[in-house]
Amino acid sequence: MGHRIYLDNSATTPVRKEVLDEIMPFLTENGGNPSSRHLEGRIAKTAFEKARDKVALAINADPKEIFFNSCATEGNNMVLRGYISGLRGSIRKNHIITTSVEHPSVYNTAKTLEKDGYEVTFLPVDTKGNLDLEVLKSSIKENTGLISVMMVNNETGNIFPVSEIAKIAKEKNILFHVDAVQAIGKIPVDVKKIGCDFLTISAHKFYGLKGAGAIYVKWGKWVAPMMTGGHQEKSRRPGTENIVGVVGMGKAIELAVSELETDMKHVADIRDHLEKRVLSELPYTRVVGDPANRVPTITNISFRFIEGESIQLKLDNDGIAVSTGSACSSGTLEPSHVITAMNVDPEEAHSSIRFSLGKYTTMEDIDYTVEKVKKIVEQLRSFSPIYDKFISEQK
Amino acid sequence: MDYTEKVMDHFLNPRNIRKIEDANAIAEVGNATCGDIIKLYLKITPEGVIEDISFQTFGCGAAIATSSMTTEMVKGKTLDEALALTREQVADELGGLPANKMHCSNLAADALHKAIKEYKAKNGLK
Repeated sequence: MGHRIYLDNSATTPVRKEVLDEIMPFLTENGGNPSSRHLEGRIAKTAFEKARDKVALAINADPKEIFFNSCATEGNNMVLRGYISGLRGSIRKNHIITTSVEHPSVYNTAKTLEKDGYEVTFLPVDTKGNLDLEVLKSSIKENTGLISVMMVNNETGNIFPVSEIAKIAKEKNILFHVDAVQAIGKIPVDVKKIGCDFLTISAHKFYGLKGAGAIYVKWGKWVAPMMTGGHQEKSRRPGTENIVGVVGMGKAIELAVSELETDMKHVADIRDHLEKRVLSELPYTRVVGDPANRVPTITNISFRFIEGESIQLKLDNDGIAVSTGSACSSGTLEPSHVITAMNVDPEEAHSSIRFSLGKYTTMEDIDYTVEKVKKIVEQLRSFSPIYDKFISEQK
Repeated sequence: MDYTEKVMDHFLNPRNIRKIEDANAIAEVGNATCGDIIKLYLKITPEGVIEDISFQTFGCGAAIATSSMTTEMVKGKTLDEALALTREQVADELGGLPANKMHCSNLAADALHKAIKEYKAKNGLK
């Protein structure tokens, strides 16, 4: 593949060496099913439960509150659809509140439930992508049963005030779900401090394997299972345990939490350097989101007058992986619903690029990237009709 | 479907990107909301031949590649030959485009037709 600079760590992270070492025995000598009673099964079961302990410890939960699954999309569906299914047709608590900037696994699930006749409120955000809690409070109705808000936005890195929302929900006796997928390893995630009832995480966002996720379900709370089958995960998520993915997740979350402070100091330094250089060396660029309220791993920058997919493709050709909120790369015809919800002008929405850095990103990677970005942006602007028009009007 | 090698070639090394200062036919299609704007500049001889053609494009890889390919395909052609050029022919010449790009980003042929029709109308040609 040649030398690559990977700046798409919010999409997924590479599997780290320590995780690989941890899972190796379960890919080679031990192929037991954790549900079997023989030695192979018992070894797998012990490792599986040890991973559950690690996940629980990392988010300050009890191991019996952790339910493993395949990914965050499944986790978010388990909570939203499981909640609705648990109503068994009752209309007493059939109103869900979420935000207009959730990940598609919450956003599109909520949209589908809305089509199915359930009531859903999508809270707006301001131009910086932040929520107004007064609007949340006024959206609560007699029949509100569930609030679902992400802890960290995947496109801007904005942090949402989940503990404050939990207090509001608790006062009104409403269940509260937090999608914490983008938060693990970036900011402390403590289910007791947050005060949530449900929380979703996914291993491949913190150097674990793809195909392993979990939800936290507070002891005493319940959502109806989406699948029926065996006894695994107390029948709430039946199916043969993903021993490799879960063992890897245990190791990955343990390391992500213990290294959080060092990693995030490093990432904040290089992210700030990237932003400072791009914003000062290229005109008509700005940070999309709220620079004062976000995780250190993400910067979303708009490059006016040019389109995001063409920037992303050219960077890819130069060995740099980033992602864009532009419509043209997503397969849909609309720009990102997150950027659009922030009331960003469509032309600018098409021009946004998300750089998401990780623990292995270096200062040299950043400087190389800035040089390439400058060249590409200048070249694309040189034949942009919008830029041409803008410049002639300035004269 | 990914972009073909030919699309990538035209995207990375676009042909005819400049502004023809003495163009006698100019047309722009698309809008920023959809994410694609294509502007063509043509220099047409009194005999009705496209002597020179160039483009400016705001848009994705497909928008830039189809603009570049269109200019190559009609340079030196007569107006009627150029009017016969379709979006599909441009896409075929590039070895195909992903399905979702066929309509939103393959606008250069439309810009070409618009420029020629306006030129003909202005000059009283049929």
